[in-house]
Amino acid sequence: MSIQVWTWILVGITFTLYIGIAIRSRAGSTKEFYVAGGGVSPLANGLATAADWMSAASFISMAGLISFNGYDGSVYLMGWTGGYVLLALLLAPYLRKFGKFTVPDFIGDRYYSNVARSVAVFCALLVSFTYVAGQMRGVGLVFSRFLEVDINTGVIIGMIIVLFYAVLGGMKGITYTQVAQYCVLIFAFMVPAIFISIQMTGNPIPQLGFGGADENGVYLLDKLDGLHRELGFAEYTSGSKTTLDVFLITAALMFGTAGLPHVIVRFFTVKKVSDARKSAGWALLLIAILYTTAPAISLFSRTNLIETVSNEKYEKLPEWFSNWEKTGLIKFDDKNKDGRVQYVADVSKNELIVDKDIMVLANPEIAGLPNWVIALVAAGALAAALSTAAGLLLVISASVSHDFIKKMVNPNITEKGELVAARLSAVVAVVLLVILVFIHQILSLPQ
Amino acid sequence: MESENRKKYWKKNLKYLAILLSIWFLVSFGFGILLVDELNSIRFAGFKLGFWFAQQGAIYVFVILIFVYIRLMNKLDKKFGCNN
Repeated sequence: MSIQVWTWILVGITFTLYIGIAIRSRAGSTKEFYVAGGGVSPLANGLATAADWMSAASFISMAGLISFNGYDGSVYLMGWTGGYVLLALLLAPYLRKFGKFTVPDFIGDRYYSNVARSVAVFCALLVSFTYVAGQMRGVGLVFSRFLEVDINTGVIIGMIIVLFYAVLGGMKGITYTQVAQYCVLIFAFMVPAIFISIQMTGNPIPQLGFGGADENGVYLLDKLDGLHRELGFAEYTSGSKTTLDVFLITAALMFGTAGLPHVIVRFFTVKKVSDARKSAGWALLLIAILYTTAPAISLFSRTNLIETVSNEKYEKLPEWFSNWEKTGLIKFDDKNKDGRVQYVADVSKNELIVDKDIMVLANPEIAGLPNWVIALVAAGALAAALSTAAGLLLVISASVSHDFIKKMVNPNITEKGELVAARLSAVVAVVLLVILVFIHQILSLPQ
Repeated sequence: MESENRKKYWKKNLKYLAILLSIWFLVSFGFGILLVDELNSIRFAGFKLGFWFAQQGAIYVFVILIFVYIRLMNKLDKKFGCNN
C-alpha cells in the first residue's frame, strides 16, 4: 500500500477514536467543562499533561532543530524539560492548593484586583492564540505532504476536529482524548527511532544507540563530527553559539515553559495537592521518553542525510528527495552545474537547503522504512498538534466565559449560561484562527 | 495545622526546594553549559560527558528530582498530619 493510503487509514482510525472518546465524555457542568470535574487520576492527568505539553514543536520540529544545530540544540532539551521542573516544584502544587479553575482566577483573587485579572486574561489569550497558530501550521504541513490536501484545507479539517471535541467535552473530553493522543504520539515517535537505531548501531534502544558505533566500530557521534569538519560545518558535539547565548536561551525557554497556561490548568483537574505532584512526576517521565529519544533521532537523521545526498548525482537521489522538493521544503540549486549535490557550510558553494521542520517527518523515508511507519509518524504528528491545540482552545474559552464574563461582566450568569458562553467562545476563537490563517496565507502568497 | 507547625512545615518545604533546585541548576546550567568543555574531555561509550549531560543526563536527573520531591513531600505531609 502507498504512504498516502496508509496515512488516510491511520489518520481515519485515530480521528475516529478521538471523536468517539469526546462523545462518551461530554461535559454537563462548568466544573466538568473547566477542570474535568476535578477527579482525574494522577496517571491519567500525567498522560494528558504530557500530550498537552508536547506540541507540534516537540514532535515535528525539535529533533530537526537539534539535527541542524548539534550541541546548540541542547537549549530546547534542557530548556523545555528544565522549565517543567520549575512548574512541578514551584507552581503546580500551590495552584492546586488554591483550588480554582483558571490562572487569571488565581492572579485576580490573590492580588484582590480585577486589573490584574484582566492583564492575566489578556496574556492567556495572547499566548494561546499565537501558540495554536503554530500547531495549525504543523497540521497543515502533515496534511499537505502526506495526504496531498491543500494546506488551508488541512488547517480547517484539523480545527474542526479540535473544535468538535473541545466544545462538546470541555476539559473532560480533552483529558481523555489527550490520554489517547499521548499513546499515539509516543508510539509513532518511538517505532521509527527504534528501527533506525537498530539499522545504524544494532542497539534497539535509541538512547543507547545515540552513543553507539556503526558496523566499522566508529562511534556515530565521532563520525558525524568528522563529516561536519569535512563539509566545513561546526562540529556537531560542540556547536557554534557562545556559552552566554546557550545559558541565556536555556533560561528563557525554562521560564517560558513554566508559565504555559494550558499546562498549568491541567493541575486543577486532580483531587488533591499530592495528586498534583504525582501527576507532574508522571508527566515528566512520559515527556522524557520523547525528549531523550529526540536527540538520538537528530544524530541518526543528520548522518543519514549527509551520507545519502552529499556529492550524490541529482538524478540518482531517492524518491523522498523529489517528494519534499515538490513541497518547497527541500531546495536544490546546481550552482557549479556538475549534476551533483554539494552540501557544504560555505553559502556561496552550498547547493542544498533543507527545511529543519521536515527532518522528523522525512527521517523514516530517508532510512527506507516501510510505508506504514511513515504514515504512523504523520498520525503521531497530528496527535501532538491537536492535543496541544485543544488544551489551548480551552484556555481561550475559559478566559472569556469564566474570567471575563462571569468574573467581570455578569457575575449573576447562570451555570447553563456560562457553559453556553464557554462553548460559543471556543467556536468564535476557531473562526478567528481560521481567518488569521487565511490572511497569513494571502499575505505570504508571492513567496 | 497550628501556626508553629505550619512554619516548620514551610521551612522544611523550602529546604527541600533549595536542595532540589541546586541540583537542577548544577546538571543543566552547570554540567550541560558552563562546564561543558571541561567535561567533554571525559568520554564514555560514544559520548563526550558534557554533551551527554546537555542532551540526555540533565533530563534523566530532572525526572529523578521530581520523584524525590514527591516522596519527600508525601512524607512531610504525613509527619505533619496534613492530607491536602
